[in-house]
Amino acid sequence: MKTVLAISSGGGHWVQLQRLKSSFIKYNVIYCSTIDYSRSLNKDEKFIQVQDANKDDKIKLFFMFINILWVVLKVRPDIVISTGAAPGFAAILFSKLIFNSKTIWVDSIANVKEPSLAGLKVKRWADIWLTQWDAVSKKYGMEYKGSIL
Amino acid sequence: MIFFTVGTQLPFERLVDYMEKWSICNPNVKIVGQICDEKKTDNFISKAFMSPDEYMECFTQASVVISHAGMGSIISAIEYEKPIIIVPRFSYLGEHRNDHQIYTAEAFSCKSGIYVANDYDELSCYLNCNELSAPANDISIESSLISYISSEID
Repeated sequence: MKTVLAISSGGGHWVQLQRLKSSFIKYNVIYCSTIDYSRSLNKDEKFIQVQDANKDDKIKLFFMFINILWVVLKVRPDIVISTGAAPGFAAILFSKLIFNSKTIWVDSIANVKEPSLAGLKVKRWADIWLTQWDAVSKKYGMEYKGSIL
Repeated sequence: MIFFTVGTQLPFERLVDYMEKWSICNPNVKIVGQICDEKKTDNFISKAFMSPDEYMECFTQASVVISHAGMGSIISAIEYEKPIIIVPRFSYLGEHRNDHQIYTAEAFSCKSGIYVANDYDELSCYLNCNELSAPANDISIESSLISYISSEID
């Protein structure tokens, strides 16, 4: 069975990732976030908590990358799906480079006018690069296939 | 009870100040906040961090939710059909790295039950109004996005 790494930051990113659940739930899914959501998942669902960071704190960002590298090596995902932000970028980057996993980026629906920073940077490494707004799709060449709402 | 949240990542002092100010004028209304530090008066309680369970409990019990313009709060408000007043963060005040919350607020303000307040007067005007409507939970589980992703994974 395929292994899916479903990863996002906490808060809104996680809420959006959960809304996409039905597209990958039949596989072996490992969820990963910066806040401990293990109790909000079913008992048989696997969860790994990772360090949070953003581009403003380089030291934290460095440790987050190491943390995610370890997760990717442990999980060996066939597929990685992320709704952002920095942790999702790191997971897609490492999974693509090490395992050539199929990588899917769904930019947060919060990004109405332009892609998120992580969304722009992940372009090279994402096989599927999606925005949730038609206008962003036209302007930045991201694919638009609908939204979680 | 009124619940307000500034999200998980950054502080939002302006919104906290607005809520404190409003709580002083409305001593009979209980206000619970998820912010970046702990405060407590007779009718105003705030916590620096809430577990996801605790957060959902406050969210579902509140009569109205006040939030920064974050998608977690907006989606939850739609899912739980809760009136929500969103206060976008401004980058020129150092409240976020950019102004995407202004655009998020703008994009969702057309939905009934989602109100946008840019300053204290607008916020208190909504809070003082007893007839805020709730958004309708019209999110379909079988979206085109989900079918697209499913087909790509298979």
